[in-house]
Amino acid sequence: MAKVQGAIVVDTDRCKGCEVCIPACPTEVIGLANEVNGKGYHYAYMANPDACIGCANCAIVCPDGVISVYKVKKVA
Amino acid sequence: MMDIKDIVKEENLVYTKTKLMTDNILSYCPGCGHGTAHRIVMEVIDELGLQSQTVGIAPVGCSVLAYDFMNIDMIQAAHGRAPAVATGVKRTMPDKYVFTYQGDGDLAAIGTAETIHVCNRGENITMIFINNGIYGMTGGQMAPTTLEGMKTSTSPYGRDLKSMGNPLKITELIAQLPGTYYVTRQAVHTPAAVRKTKKAVFKAFEVQKEKKGISFIEIVSNCNSGWKMSPVKSNEWMVEHMFPFYPMGDIKVDGELVKSNKAEVKS
Ligand SMILES: Cc1ncc(C[n+]2csc(CCOP(=O)(O)OP(=O)(O)O)c2C)c(N)n1
Ligand code: SF4
Ligand code: SF4
Ligand code: SF4
Ligand SMILES: [Mg+2]
Repeated sequence: MAKVQGAIVVDTDRCKGCEVCIPACPTEVIGLANEVNGKGYHYAYMANPDACIGCANCAIVCPDGVISVYKVKKVA
Repeated sequence: MMDIKDIVKEENLVYTKTKLMTDNILSYCPGCGHGTAHRIVMEVIDELGLQSQTVGIAPVGCSVLAYDFMNIDMIQAAHGRAPAVATGVKRTMPDKYVFTYQGDGDLAAIGTAETIHVCNRGENITMIFINNGIYGMTGGQMAPTTLEGMKTSTSPYGRDLKSMGNPLKITELIAQLPGTYYVTRQAVHTPAAVRKTKKAVFKAFEVQKEKKGISFIEIVSNCNSGWKMSPVKSNEWMVEHMFPFYPMGDIKVDGELVKSNKAEVKS
């Protein structure tokens, strides 16, 4: 059981759906939405949110810098 | 499991885009490494607290608009002339941190003379060199850096060394010059590569602070549009084809060529 839990927030209007974040995630959290944003891109979202450990790997490789990462230590 | 809204709170924030990147939407194609490279440089300047003391020189190429994205003082130079402009800025304002940000067409084709002489003079500046082996901006033409056999719009059957010449390792070349103090080759396609590149940029600014001469960082990057691949595929292609010819790692440290490169230069 992981001792930390994370979450990402994608600025969906600015995401370009490039998928570079997807292989960067060690726990396969990220997928592309079926919906598109205003620019017509399928944007990234947490398809598997419970698996996020808040490592920020996705955010540091995102060319457009649209991912913010949050992390908490879990109590028990 | 905690609820997402209990995690997504200001006090739990561990990473977000630096304020030294403006909120302008990047003009780059989806998945292009230019954006990642911009952000790494801006994060380092932010973390060093040098926002008001740094001047960046943008090139001609896809990153011609870098001044719209980097929230610091910027000048946009004529094609290939960024190191000459940087020389002028640094000499008139020696206390400023000055860096150029250039593509391979800019730095290793039209600007070859500037690159070599600035490196040979050992101007006290930092050069960030984005090598995607192609002229991205103008439609994917062959560059001096294009690999043997690589298809571009001007080498549609692949680069033929006999008629088109050899790919140029300008980074190994300038490492030979006495004016260069720190020369390294990095990438930005994975989290580990991003962390290494960031360390290299920190080191480059440290070298500039100590007035040791040129600190030069090549970043081997993708041009998924020019290479006609998806972004993820282009990063895989880059690892498979670009890295063997443009190997990752330090080439010159503290003014000394690293061992493996001494050997390579001879052969
Ligand atoms: C004097 C001059 N010659 C040619 C051009 C056309 N031109 C614009 S960008 C470019 C090549 C840019 O390639 P590179 O530096 O590799 O940048 P990239 O777009 O790949 O990042 C060329 C030849 C120009 N703008 N000015
Ligand atoms: S890397 Fe960034 S822009 Fe690309 S799909 Fe992921 S969140 Fe979107
Ligand atoms: S923070 Fe880490 S675990 Fe969470 S989505 Fe991003 S890469 Fe995956
Ligand atoms: S053309 Fe190539 S270098 Fe230019 S933004 Fe697109 S992918 Fe990047
Ligand atoms: Mg290029």
